[in-house]
Formats: sequence, structure tokens, C-alpha cells
Amino acid sequence: MRILLVEDDPTVAGFVAKGLREAGHVVEHSDNGRDGLFLAASETFDTIILDRMLPGGIDGIRLLETLRSQNNTTPVLVLSAMSQVDDRVAGLKAGGDDYLTKPFAFSELLARVEALTRRGKGDGPQTKLIVGDLEMDLLSRGVRRGGQKIDLQPREFRLLEYLMRHAGQVVTRTMLLEGVWDYHFDPQTNVIDVHVSRLRQKIDKPYPTPLIHTIRNAGYMLQPEAP
Amino acid sequence: MPFGLPRGQIFRSASLKLAAVYGVLFALSSYALVFFLWWATNDLLNQQVEAAIVADAQVFANAWTDGGLPPIIMAINARLAEDIEDSAIYSLNGPQLQPLAGNLNHWPANVVQAQQFYEVRVVRDGVPVVAMVYAYNLQGGAHLLVGRDIKSRAQLKHLLPGTLLYATVVVLALALVGSLVVRGLFRRMVADVSSTAAAIARGELDRRVPHAGRGDEFDAMADAINNMLDRIGRLMDGVRQVSNAIAHDLRTPITRARARLEDAASHAGTEAELRAAVERAVADLDAVTSVFQALLRIAEIEAGSRRSAFAELDLGPLLADLAELYAALAEDKGLTLTLRVPDTLPAYGDRDLVQQAVANLLDNAIKFSPSGGRITLAAEKIDGQVRLSVADQGPGIPEPDRMRATERFFRGEQARSTPGSGLGLALVQAVATLHEGTLLLEDSGPGLRATLVMRSMPPNPMPGHMKTGSSVPHGAATPTVAEPIH
Repeated sequence: MRILLVEDDPTVAGFVAKGLREAGHVVEHSDNGRDGLFLAASETFDTIILDRMLPGGIDGIRLLETLRSQNNTTPVLVLSAMSQVDDRVAGLKAGGDDYLTKPFAFSELLARVEALTRRGKGDGPQTKLIVGDLEMDLLSRGVRRGGQKIDLQPREFRLLEYLMRHAGQVVTRTMLLEGVWDYHFDPQTNVIDVHVSRLRQKIDKPYPTPLIHTIRNAGYMLQPEAP
Repeated sequence: MPFGLPRGQIFRSASLKLAAVYGVLFALSSYALVFFLWWATNDLLNQQVEAAIVADAQVFANAWTDGGLPPIIMAINARLAEDIEDSAIYSLNGPQLQPLAGNLNHWPANVVQAQQFYEVRVVRDGVPVVAMVYAYNLQGGAHLLVGRDIKSRAQLKHLLPGTLLYATVVVLALALVGSLVVRGLFRRMVADVSSTAAAIARGELDRRVPHAGRGDEFDAMADAINNMLDRIGRLMDGVRQVSNAIAHDLRTPITRARARLEDAASHAGTEAELRAAVERAVADLDAVTSVFQALLRIAEIEAGSRRSAFAELDLGPLLADLAELYAALAEDKGLTLTLRVPDTLPAYGDRDLVQQAVANLLDNAIKFSPSGGRITLAAEKIDGQVRLSVADQGPGIPEPDRMRATERFFRGEQARSTPGSGLGLALVQAVATLHEGTLLLEDSGPGLRATLVMRSMPPNPMPGHMKTGSSVPHGAATPTVAEPIH
């Protein structure tokens, strides 16, 4: 994937670019808003990682608004040292697709970037999700593994749906909390782990191979084979 | 100059302006009063004269009906004889205005119309006077004139300029004295406030505006200023206390991370050891970050900027969702989480913050409950307020600690061994305050019951809000039967 990184702090930029390249992506880097806007507008990227505060007269929000006014729909992840809720809302209102507060763990950034590109592809309305021998029918809300019906609570269904929609990607606890429960705070305890473990009891325990894998220091991944 | 007002700017002095305004107003109102009194007196005198003339005329009219001219002449002479005030004027003249009786030498030239008051100069008993007269035409062509000398009114008129002159002197003197008094009062009040402000600016933060104890507006203003200063003082104490606490509480994890990194840099034998040490240091720093995050969030809530996100919300499904999220965790620890919340419970607030506050309370309850314990999440509407409570069967908070439990970084004896930052209840308290509510910490025997009290309606219902607010059937919100969640 081609990713544009607009970030003025050389340490953070270097660390992020290195990590993204290691994960197999192509990274273009710009350290100010003007060059960033030029690159974003003139070339095609799969995702843009955009710092809010940038030197050079054009800050992240301005850049984003300009880009959106030109009908550029490249998914944008906004990075910011400002964690206030209003700032998050401002970032999303300007056309950002996701918002991540500094300091962040690289695994969180990577997971969110990969989730964004998946969303950017626009698969169209799906009625069925299939991962390995696990099938989810979104219309009848039925789940089967190896042809065997599995009963899920509504919340477990939504949790599994989220994991299946992001199959093969790392999904962090925060992403699950936001995506499945629509909560935007950081619980001090491992509430999400408990729910994932319950889901595992139902879709993994009775079967020889697990589908939900724990990724250390990051989150979870749903895929047929071990990562 | 007590206020450091430069000499050249004396005419800009507010106290002088106030005094001048007072003086002018006082003088104007005094003059208005004098003129009104004079005018009223004048009017009264006129009325008296007219009444006397009419009364006399009535007497003569009676005499005329008794027997024509002779009785009138007798009556006139009798009246003149007993006129003690020496002001009556009568004149009875024949058809050619030849005098028949009375004390006028000749009929006044101006008086041509009968049945009408005239103010004329006449010669009465050889003395020229100003008189008010009234003429009657009698049957048979005779003319009767009844009048009164109005010298007293003329005297009053002459009196006025002199009186006004004296009055002006007195009024000016009083206005000056009054102005000085007003100016003095004003200056004293301003001096109290400005000297207090100056002292505070110098750093004497405990100075307050003196209170005269008269309970007047100046005292009310002094109270308002003092209350403001007290509040600022408390906030500053809070800031000082928090910054001390931050410095102290963050030093520990930072020191730990630093020690790990330094130790790894000089002693790690293998790459795996080095990697492990670095990862632990990152975890320590993450903890520091989350403390900062929580502090910033509390500060943001306390600043009140989030009130823009207030909206009407239904606590029924909101709490049910939270209970569902935490029930799994509770069950894992062998606890029962019971939900005692109506299906719909309208409230007014910030959805995210209420969720976070309740999540913090549930986190605490789960953290401190012994295995087998029971946690109850309840909510009800009482007297227009929503009471949201989380009760557990844990150790509770000892009475002396309860007041301090909501301070940032405060951790009770029993809490020291559990993980946490000591910011959870501080955030709940901040959320409660933002919602103009309170956080109550009570003994639920055994255990702790934390109750968040908040409004169920917007403070000033606007028309747009009323629509949704009134469509919610308050009476229909009945509590559901308590049942454990699985």
C-alpha cells in the first residue's frame, strides 16, 4: 500500500515510516503542510497519516479541508497531541476518517491504518462474511462454523462481525470498544478481553483450529491460519 | 491623591462627576419645589378672592329681590362699614355709570362685560390699587361691581425674587455639602476595593475587601468580590495541590522506567533481556501517559467547555449497555452484577462523560469486591433529579477518607495494593459537578454505594427541548424487576 505520512517531528516520522515499511507498505514522507498538500493532491495514495499541528502555514485541519473540497476521498488518519473530545470531533468533521492521540503505540497506528484502507476499498453491501470455515449471514443473522450452527448473543454477534470484517488485520482493544460498543473512553480494566474470551468459547473451543488469535502488545486477529 | 490620579485629570475623576451630578440634580429639584409652592399659593389666593366676591354678590342679589336699589345701597354701606380687612370694593352705578354707592370714584374703564372676572387698576377711596372685580347688570339698567383688593398676592409676587435668592444660596450650600458627602462615600468604597485589589496584585492573596456591616449595596458588592476571591483562592490551592501530586505520582513510574533502561543499557547480557527491559519501560511510560490523559480529561471537564455536548439522553439503554459490558468481567471474577434501571429514564447531559463516569464506578466496584459479592447498578428519578448508583459489597471507604476520596491521586489504605491511578473518582466528581450534580459516597453496609445525582431536564427548557422533554411519559418509567445479567 502507498501511504503518505505528513508529520513534522523527525523522531516520530522516522519511527512510523520505518514501522510501516517493515509491515510492507510504501511510505512517502512530508514534514510540512504545504508539501503534504501538494503530494496528497497530485499523487494517489491508499491512506494519508496526517499530523494536526504542522509548520508552513497549513495545518492538518486546513490540509484536510482543502483535500476534501477537491473531492479527494483518500482515507485520512489524523494524529494529534490534543486529546480533548472537541478536537477529535473537529478532526473528524474536517473529513478525517479516524483519529489517534499522541503518544500512541505503533501497533495501534498500524491496525487503524490497515482498517482504513480496507474501508476505503468499498466492497459494496455484503450479505455474507466468510473466514475459513466460519460463515456469517448478515441478513438472517446466523453464524455457522463447519456447517454447524452457533448461537450468539447480539453483542457477541456484533463483535464477531467486526472481527470478520477486519479478517487478517490486527484489531486493537480500543478499536473494538469504539467499533462494537461505540465507547470513546479508556477503560482501566480488561473488559474487552473478557468478551473476546467468551466469543472464543463459542467459535473456537469446540473446533480443532482457532480462528481468533491474540497479537501480543496489540490486540486480536481473526484468520484461518496462525499469524 | 489616594488613587494615584494625575493632577491634570482631576476633572475626569468619577467621584467628582458623581458629586457634580448630585449637586445639579439637588439644585434643580429644589427650584422646582419652590416654584411649585409659589404657584400653588397664588392659585389658592385667587380662589379665595373669587369665592369672597361670589359670596358678596349673593348677599346683594338677595337685597335686590327684597326691594330694588335702596336695600343694595344699605347693604353696601353696611359691608363697607364692617370691612375689617380693608380690601372690599363695591360700586353701584346707574344706567349711565353715574356712581350711586360704593368706595370707587368711578367705574373702571376696562370693565365692559358683565358676569366676568377682571383684574384691573382702580382708585379705591382715593388710593390706587390692583383689584379683582366682577360686574353684574341689574334690572332697570343699574350696574353693580363687586371686587377685592389683591395686594396680598402682589406682595407675594414681590416676595418671590428675594426668597429665591436666599433659597439659591441655601440650595447651593446644601448641594455642595451633599456632593462632598456623596463623593466621600463613593471614594471610600472605591478605595476599599482598589486598595484590596492592589494588595492582591502585590501578592497578599489573603486580603479581602473590608465589610462595613451595614448590609447595604456596598456591603453586597464587597461580599461578591470577596466570594470571587475566595473561589479563586480555592482554585489556586487546588492547582497547587494537583501539580504537587502530579510531580510526586509521576516520579515513581518515570524513575522506574529510567532505572530499567539504564540497567538494561549497562547490564543486559542478551538481546532478549534488553528487549524485555525496553518493553517494560514502554509499559511504564504508557502508564504515565494514561495518567496524563486522565488528568487532562478531568481538567477539560472542570473547565466546563464540554457543556456544548449536552443533550437529552435516555439512561435506560445507556446503563443497560454498560452493565452488559461489565457483567462479563464481573462474572469472570465470580461477582453478580444486577441492573435495577427503568427501561427509559430521560436525563440531560453529555453521553460520553456519563458513560465514562459510570464505567469508572463499575471498574471500582469490580476491583474492590471480594469473590461472590454482588454489585448493583441502579438508577431512578426522584424530584426531577436522576440518581445513578453503583453499590458493591467490598470494604467500602472508611468515613474519614470519604471526603478526600474524590481528590486527584488520593488512594485509600486498602486501595494501595490494587492497580490504579487514584483518578477514577476524581473524574466522576468532575462529571457530577459539570452536570450541576453531586457524587455521594455512602456506606451500603457492607460496601460502598456511590451515587451520581444529576438533572433529569435541561436547566432552562428551550422550546426545542420542551418538545422531546414533554413527549417522554415520566410516569410510565417503572423500574424493571431486578434480575442478574448473564
